[in-house]
Amino acid sequence: MTTRLSIRDVGKRYGDVEALKGCSFDIEAGHIVAIVGPSGCGKTTLLWGMSGLHSLTSGEILLDGERITRPRPEIGLVFQEANLLPWRTIGKNIRFPNEVKRTRPDEAWIAHLLARTDLTEFQNRMPRELSGGMQQRAAIVRALALRPEVLLMDEPFGALDAFTREEMNRLVEEIWLENPTTIAFITHSIEEAILLSDRVVVLSARPGRVLSDYPVPFPRPRDHEIMASREVFELTNAIKADIYSQTPASRKAMTA
Amino acid sequence: MSDDAIPEFGSKAAGGGVGLGSVSLGAGGGRTLAEIAVILLVAVVIIGGLEFLLGWYQVPEYVLPKPSAIAAAFVKELPNVAPHWGYSVVTLLSGFGIGAGIGLLLAAVITQFPFVEKVITPYILILVTTPMLALVPLLILRFGFGYTPRIIAVSLATGPMVMINAATGFRRTDSAKIALARSYGASVLQIFWKIRAPMALPMILVGLMVGGIFGLLTTVGAEMAGGGFGLGNRLTTYSSMIRMPEFFAVILILSGMGILIYVIFFLIGKKWASWET
Repeated sequence: MTTRLSIRDVGKRYGDVEALKGCSFDIEAGHIVAIVGPSGCGKTTLLWGMSGLHSLTSGEILLDGERITRPRPEIGLVFQEANLLPWRTIGKNIRFPNEVKRTRPDEAWIAHLLARTDLTEFQNRMPRELSGGMQQRAAIVRALALRPEVLLMDEPFGALDAFTREEMNRLVEEIWLENPTTIAFITHSIEEAILLSDRVVVLSARPGRVLSDYPVPFPRPRDHEIMASREVFELTNAIKADIYSQTPASRKAMTA
Repeated sequence: MSDDAIPEFGSKAAGGGVGLGSVSLGAGGGRTLAEIAVILLVAVVIIGGLEFLLGWYQVPEYVLPKPSAIAAAFVKELPNVAPHWGYSVVTLLSGFGIGAGIGLLLAAVITQFPFVEKVITPYILILVTTPMLALVPLLILRFGFGYTPRIIAVSLATGPMVMINAATGFRRTDSAKIALARSYGASVLQIFWKIRAPMALPMILVGLMVGGIFGLLTTVGAEMAGGGFGLGNRLTTYSSMIRMPEFFAVILILSGMGILIYVIFFLIGKKWASWET
């Protein structure tokens, strides 16, 4: 297994607030890694550091052994909410990355992605004419349009309702099965983490570091039967226990 | 704002969301044929009523001429008024062009430097709120009775108005969208043209529309203050000669120009800035 992304002793400070401290883990090529943790633990900070959009206070993040200091073309980013440009049609939003990079869009690939996400007929629509789920699908197509080797997703489906969310999870799984890339994503849903990932990394409360790291060994695609199994139930509980041990209330209870 | 702040998602762009809709006088919604018919009917009732009442009470023409007299004067005097109409358009367009151009440029540059913006804004506010018309007598003393004082006054009236609105637009930074562009390696210039400018466009159009109306006002006022040409000059001439039908015919032209300014920017907004409603 080759290591694609390597997070080494990463620390980040915003003024007086220490968001991350001594955070280290590796992500193997072709793996999906979910990052979970109590709110405010610096998950988003870590992901933005991996994307090269934010600088770090200490430590380093390596992509194929090379330090990330600015946004890299190999890395695609999916934001919280769709983050589409409201003055552009869906089609023009999807080709926005090519426009910025002054490259020709890979039309065959985009057409495939649009068909895959049922957006083919919506290319000329404006974002506000689409539902939240469709907008997020368009955002995923945009992120995949440049064929990134690494995909970073920051709570990509957090704003969607539970059913749409599961649909989106299935879609990501299918696209990944067709085209295994390296994916790191943040989520608040343990179910989503287990459904999609090869590993779940649990971060501690602020300043965030790796609290635990669970392999998720279930075969794919992970159908409802697998998701309802005893093993998944136990893993869910273990992760939950880790996260709850980091909430202020339980920390107080432990010291009392 | 620091580059490192995590953008807030789900919130509207910061800095207010005043779109063209707020000044559209309810023209945003489509009208049905019946509504248009009623609007026309009201016009017919008012004009016809005026015609009838002014005749019935035998109101003298120097107080208020009949609509028919105004229409007749408009047709008859048009050849004489047309050149003056042209002079006014020249004044308005050059003053508006200079003022709006400088205003836009200043807004785009200044919003990149929050400190400079903080220092300059109160002065711009003074320029916006002071009627530039008041300067015209002074400008005439310095520049004579030609186009120059008028064009200066018009650009002083439009520029700050355009600038203050455009600055509001450019200030509406949505850091999530800028981060998106940066994640694809966008340059500062690309971020400006592909994110900041389209985002500011609705506010820029509001500024241009209000600035245009301000410009028209100042054009007419400046022409009334001195110099022997322009529609404003026609107003003072006709009123001094008590030629009221001709006077009102010029007013008609002026209100037509005002409506045209509104319609132009409304249509531009509908085409290019309708994403914000």
